[in-house]
Amino acid sequence: MQNATVKAATYNDTVVRQFAIMAVVWGVVGTLMGVIVASQLVWPELNLGLPFTSFGRLRPLHTNAVIFAFGGSALFATSYYVVQRTCQTRLFSDKLASFTFWGWQTVIVAAAISLPLGYTQGKEYGELEWPIDILIAVVWISYAIVFFGTIGIRKVKHIYVANWFYGAFILAVALLHIVESAAIPAGMFKSYSAYAGVQDAMVQWWYGHNAVGFFLTAGFLGMMYYFVPKQAERPVYSYSLSIVHFWALIFTYMWAGPHHLHYTALPDWTQSLGMVLSLILFAPSWGGMINGIMTLSGAWHKLRTDPILRFLIVSLSFYGMSTFEGPMMAIKTVNALSHYTDWTVGHVHSGALGWVGFISIGSLYFLIPRLFGQKQMYSVKAIEVHFWMATIGVVLYIAALWISGVMEGLMWRAMNADGTLAYTFVESVKAKFPYYFTRALGGFLYMSGLIIMLWNTYKTATSGKPATVEVPAVVAHA
Amino acid sequence: MDTINLLRILFTVLSFVLFIAIVVWAWRNRHSAQFKDAQHLPFDQD
Repeated sequence: MQNATVKAATYNDTVVRQFAIMAVVWGVVGTLMGVIVASQLVWPELNLGLPFTSFGRLRPLHTNAVIFAFGGSALFATSYYVVQRTCQTRLFSDKLASFTFWGWQTVIVAAAISLPLGYTQGKEYGELEWPIDILIAVVWISYAIVFFGTIGIRKVKHIYVANWFYGAFILAVALLHIVESAAIPAGMFKSYSAYAGVQDAMVQWWYGHNAVGFFLTAGFLGMMYYFVPKQAERPVYSYSLSIVHFWALIFTYMWAGPHHLHYTALPDWTQSLGMVLSLILFAPSWGGMINGIMTLSGAWHKLRTDPILRFLIVSLSFYGMSTFEGPMMAIKTVNALSHYTDWTVGHVHSGALGWVGFISIGSLYFLIPRLFGQKQMYSVKAIEVHFWMATIGVVLYIAALWISGVMEGLMWRAMNADGTLAYTFVESVKAKFPYYFTRALGGFLYMSGLIIMLWNTYKTATSGKPATVEVPAVVAHA
Repeated sequence: MDTINLLRILFTVLSFVLFIAIVVWAWRNRHSAQFKDAQHLPFDQD
């Protein structure tokens, strides 16, 4: 009984610590997989001639590891931290929170085993077979119960905007995952999609693009609205703008998926609708970016000395860049050039490495020392080095794929005077060699930065000890 | 006209009206004490 009272007055940071550390670990593993597949594109012999190590099996392992293992763990860690701090109460259920940690790690391990073995539903970002899909759904619903349960028992009246974004991310991903994964099992490790033909394609890209919109954007905007103000030590620039930002994203994102299916069997009107809604999406994206960056207004000098703040603010620059590039690429005439080229891959990585990666890294550098009762990371100098390695890595990566993508797009459409194609496909592949090398180099730099972070995290954790933070006794009336 | 289409149109138009109402509400409250307090929520703790 005594124990329960003591427990209720502190935050549950155990689960936050677990997820935060695993986020760093999976960050290294996921980018290592990326470096391996990028190197296979430069030197195909690196697939070792084995089915388990072939590009087709390792590529989904890379995407699943970085999105769901790294990104997912960072989202779990930060959302559990933020919801407790801004609701001034302990997590709704410690047991269920612990279940989400072990359940999510089980999903990741199952993915790491089943994908190289070739078990796949063949749907991009939704490859995992049906038994794993069911586990994901169970973990996700538990996550929703813990998160919304915590909001339900909050001690402050207002629900802070970061929690709105995290909440939307949790709800939308539950919906997306369940609809996308609907399949008829044909044995333990094989299933067929519940949808057929073009409907199947549309469901896939409704899911695929909203995985970007809600998993890779809304959740990380939750991070932005908490960790940027905290690290900058000033409140968010405009609370009104944050509300408009939230609802504008919610009302528009769900419609953008068809831009992945331009010039396919999808009805023309659906393609045009997807294009227009993608263009509209530019406005809320930039509204949010401006809100984040302007939070620093009057404190710009902090960027000179604080590498964590630099991670957070540069992440917003990449967010702005990719949310300008995205709507542009959704325009059908631009898409006619960019689709199926490396430009798309470059675009995704400017968002993934630049925006999602940087905001997570910055937030984790804020969190980790606090979780172990330290003032700052073991080595601030190492954060500085990490920042520059990551920045140079991303820039090399996306610049290489811009050139490579536009080049191959132009080569594919080039025609001779008599109407025959000017280049064979293999000529376009050969021409990409130097850019593939540069891209692998950029990825290697980015991964190396994460390895430094892993060392720094280990040093910080071992030189401190798990901290217990008390819920403030005086409740603020916000 | 199909009922389903009418419902789709109504839903879209009502969503848009609701969004505009949210924008107007958020903008009119931009100096309110409620928003100021909310803005400072992350700083009420550690």
